[in-house]
Amino acid sequence: MLQADNVTFRYHAGTPLVVDGVSLEIRRGDLVGILGPNGSGKTTLLRLLSGTRVPSSGRVLLDGQVMSRLGRRDIARRMAIVPQETELAFEYTAIEIVLMGRHSHLGVFEVEGPDDYRIAREALAATGTAHLEGRPFHTLSGGEKQRVVIAAALAQASDMLLLDEPTASLDLGYQLDVAALLSALNGDRGVTMAISTHDLNLAATICRTLVLIRNGRVLANGPTDEVLTPDHVRALYDVDADVHVHAASGHMTVVPVRRLRP
Amino acid sequence: MNLRRRLLVVIGGFSAMALAVVLWAPTVGSTSIDLTRVFDTGIPWADNVDAQIFFVARLPRVLAGALIGATLAAAGVVLQALMRNPLATPFTLGVSAGAALGAMLAIAFHLDVGTLGVSSVPIASFLGSLAAIAIVYALASSQRRGLSTNILLLAGVTLNSFFSALILFVQYMSDFAESFRTVRWLMGDLDVGSYGPILAATPFIVAAFAVFAVLPRALNLLTMGEDVAAGRGVEVARAQRWAFFSASLATGAAVSLGGPVGFVGIVVPHLVRLMVGSDHRVVLPAATLFGAAFLVLCDLVARTIMAPLELPVGIVTALIGGPFFLWLLVRQS
Repeated sequence: MLQADNVTFRYHAGTPLVVDGVSLEIRRGDLVGILGPNGSGKTTLLRLLSGTRVPSSGRVLLDGQVMSRLGRRDIARRMAIVPQETELAFEYTAIEIVLMGRHSHLGVFEVEGPDDYRIAREALAATGTAHLEGRPFHTLSGGEKQRVVIAAALAQASDMLLLDEPTASLDLGYQLDVAALLSALNGDRGVTMAISTHDLNLAATICRTLVLIRNGRVLANGPTDEVLTPDHVRALYDVDADVHVHAASGHMTVVPVRRLRP
Repeated sequence: MNLRRRLLVVIGGFSAMALAVVLWAPTVGSTSIDLTRVFDTGIPWADNVDAQIFFVARLPRVLAGALIGATLAAAGVVLQALMRNPLATPFTLGVSAGAALGAMLAIAFHLDVGTLGVSSVPIASFLGSLAAIAIVYALASSQRRGLSTNILLLAGVTLNSFFSALILFVQYMSDFAESFRTVRWLMGDLDVGSYGPILAATPFIVAAFAVFAVLPRALNLLTMGEDVAAGRGVEVARAQRWAFFSASLATGAAVSLGGPVGFVGIVVPHLVRLMVGSDHRVVLPAATLFGAAFLVLCDLVARTIMAPLELPVGIVTALIGGPFFLWLLVRQS
């Protein structure tokens, strides 16, 4: 379980708070969407939840332990992050990228054994990328790259993933691929996930609960169908939107209608 | 092929190559000598001219080349990963410029503080490199957590040009003989004369390699970005600090021994990556061994191509490395 307890954060002393008194809870098996406009602090919140930044005040707790007191290895074994995009400075193959996910499970001079290869291959299979194993990462398409990176995260910690706008740089087809993958991983394997995203329809499709962030504060927090309302969309983005259940897909859709000038 | 077997094959192959080069290189020169006579213990040392030429006249230079080549290549690998920039070199961060300034000052002011068989120039140049390391680190670490690679790069580039200006000033104020010595030094020269300077540089280099040994997996992950590396379980700030200090210290020691021999630190890492892939657990030992062989061979060319004139090795590495570097740039864009 991952908890934020009245967390605030500023990047430098004297600058405004980016995250301002956020409390939330992500329980085992949850699939939480974190929504908010640009600059609302959702990426920073994700960094705080992953422990790569330390709160200015308040605490982040991983399974009841204060995150800032845990070592990176310890955290990494329980929780993996997936960035929006992965740019490599050097050329690695897909399997090498996934095996790097095993870092926190290996001793300093230990090399990956049969178990690590088995876990890595299972992760590739789970993300539908087993056939890409030997391919150089930089030759993959955007959607393939993202699925390989998700495989690396699974090979690292199959319990909990934090994803930062995982579909933002993908075209429509790949967005659907990744959305289906995330939904399946949560549904079939019980992987706990927190996803920050700009894509309201992605969130409506796969997330069971939503946290809405505006100006570093939690605007609303609850089940998707209760939280995703025209009022909240207006409060978040200054946009008039039509929100309804889409008959063919069976989940909620958000149709932006008009931009309101504040 | 799994990593263990790849390591065995790669290290085995590259070790054999490096060893062959180091044994063969001293036999080449104005007087040709015979390896079987060199190692023939039946001949007394005083009568064994081949052994004297091998061990006294030529081996120190070859060993210096191997040590410097190995060090600059490995430091290049580490710094490229740290900076997430395949075009970084061991000299990018200003260490060599600091070392050069130290050497220039020692030559120009005729400093005479040699100890333990090491003359004043390498000592001053090593101190210069330490000063540069301290300045760059102070600048790059005063910002937020960890090392900012952007500030590292900017500080290094700035320091390089600032020190270069000081070097030019010192040269301008020097007399003719001093100027010639300083220019010779800046070209990189492996003619160390005896084993003393090599032994003096070795402890620093060995210490740096001990740190290199624990870094490779963290270096792999650092190339994916700091946040991802941290998320995968790397203590990023600590890994960056160790990488920076070990690679810089090794570079400082190597440069104070042989001068700023250019291009080894970028040509060798890239050639090795083309051969063995990018996993730093393989790249680092392979680049170390290949770097040793590469510089010894370059030096062999340097001292035979215009014999009896012996060129500084830096001219040869630059002639090979310059076009290679340009090819890399073109290939990247």
